[in-house]
Amino acid sequence: MSHEFLYALLGVGLFTLGLYALIVHAHLLRKILAINVMGSGVFLVLVALGGRTPGAPPDPVPHAMVITGIVVAISATALALALMLWVHAKTGRARLPEERLE
Amino acid sequence: MGASLANTPWGVLVILLPLAGALVCFLWPRRSVPLGLVTALGVVACVAGLGWQVAEQGVQRYAVGGWGAPLGIDLYADGLSLLMLMMTALVGLGISVYSSGYFDRKTATVFWSLWLFLWAALNALFLSADIFNLYVTLELMGLAAVALVALAGGADALIAAMRYLLVSLLGSLFYLLGVALLYHSVGSVDIAILAQQVEPLPAVWAAVGLMSAGLLLKTALFPLHFWLPPAHASAPAPVSALLSALVVKASFYILLRLWLEIFSPGDAAVGQLLGLLGASAVLWGGIQALRQTRLKLLIAYSTVAQLGYLFLAFPLGTSVAWKGALYLLFSHALAKAAMFMSAGNILRCCGHDRIADLDRVARRLPLTLTAFTLAGISSMGLPPSGGFTGKWMLLDAALYSGQWWWALTLILGGLLAAAYVFKVVGYAFTPAEVTHEVSRVPARMEWTALVLALAAVLLGLFTPWPLALLDIGLPFGGGYAG
Repeated sequence: MSHEFLYALLGVGLFTLGLYALIVHAHLLRKILAINVMGSGVFLVLVALGGRTPGAPPDPVPHAMVITGIVVAISATALALALMLWVHAKTGRARLPEERLE
Repeated sequence: MGASLANTPWGVLVILLPLAGALVCFLWPRRSVPLGLVTALGVVACVAGLGWQVAEQGVQRYAVGGWGAPLGIDLYADGLSLLMLMMTALVGLGISVYSSGYFDRKTATVFWSLWLFLWAALNALFLSADIFNLYVTLELMGLAAVALVALAGGADALIAAMRYLLVSLLGSLFYLLGVALLYHSVGSVDIAILAQQVEPLPAVWAAVGLMSAGLLLKTALFPLHFWLPPAHASAPAPVSALLSALVVKASFYILLRLWLEIFSPGDAAVGQLLGLLGASAVLWGGIQALRQTRLKLLIAYSTVAQLGYLFLAFPLGTSVAWKGALYLLFSHALAKAAMFMSAGNILRCCGHDRIADLDRVARRLPLTLTAFTLAGISSMGLPPSGGFTGKWMLLDAALYSGQWWWALTLILGGLLAAAYVFKVVGYAFTPAEVTHEVSRVPARMEWTALVLALAAVLLGLFTPWPLALLDIGLPFGGGYAG
């Protein structure tokens, strides 16, 4: 098994771990962190699969995508944190209320 | 003059203009309303220019910065992109006029830059020629949309915005993981190149699953619709209108592009599954809408139902079905924007949107109620509305392919829509037990709702032109025609 593939699997593992944490944890900060872990997983997959041909220099396009992705992730995290603080200021809790079952 | 107009890169201007407008509104908040309105008119003019260009010269492709695909970013405009751009321009202009009367001075400064950012993101999304650029525009759109929901400021709106943000990011990450796998298997993100070179490998199927799941979550297809009603109902009225009319359509558009051009859906089971989810959405959304006691929630559930219709085209898969679904999408955008605007007017006038306590709205806001009813006619799918044309085409496609059960869904969905629209109209005519103070609604807010609702109804009378538009450079006639 090539180690690029191993890294890609690790990325998928991080994605799954993040997804699990996003669903299980109620606190918004944990949810935001979980989303970030998922994002890092995706970026790891992108970078790892950039080394597709053994011996050749890695493909630069996925790296450019990851940089763009990081910019997006930072903005999203900033917005999420600001919203979390605002929710906390209004409701006194940094978590979403239980959903009404319909 | 004619030559220079024909050579103007309208497609690039359609993105740059709202982007520049958003920045100017942000930097000069005191003048944001006139600046925003001028930008909106400019964008409409650019979309018209692009439309003329596409109609005259056919499909347009721009290599931004002179770097073509596969390395650079290409913009691509065909009939489908153009239809979506025109829908956005039409509804966007309406929302701009409506908002200039709706927001107070302080909120308006924030609203305009966010709304123009959202508009730029939508236009960029509809013109993107590669799947990674689609991801970026999807995120830009999502972030602007979340911020707009939070604009209402109350605890409900903030919680809805937070949930919306988490859902939106989750959907985007699924999509991005799919992009990574697809890039790995094909070595390109350009839709045209992918369409030629994609092979049924396991990695491609995984990518299909991930991207579709992410986009279905963002399109709020039943049973992934849980986030939509609170987010759309608790936002300020013009924001609800643009979320329901435009934002959910963007992820559907990506889904359509992917399925039509890249993954030719030879697999009937997937189509049937999407159709089944769509049919469940139509019925569940309709029943839930009927059960709501608040007007805005009723309209939001009606969006869930109407989105379901769009997925009925997947199991049918013929050119007629696709065009019918797109026609429904267009008329729903107009009608739903008009409905949310009417709800905003009622909320402004009465101070609440409890359906049972609506007190003689028919006499107080006759224009608004007319707008709501006309929009309702399009949602029910009665002739001559655009909703009727769309449903008729889907019905035709369903019967032609012998899958009559989808036709049954269309009819039941129409009946449910009639029930919830008349429920509101009925209460609007009668005096309520609880009387309350009424406040004045600016005339432009009433007229905008009416004009959009009229457009939704009249859309049914101008069927040939948009349908001819869809044939420009488009995949419906290709391998997937039935």
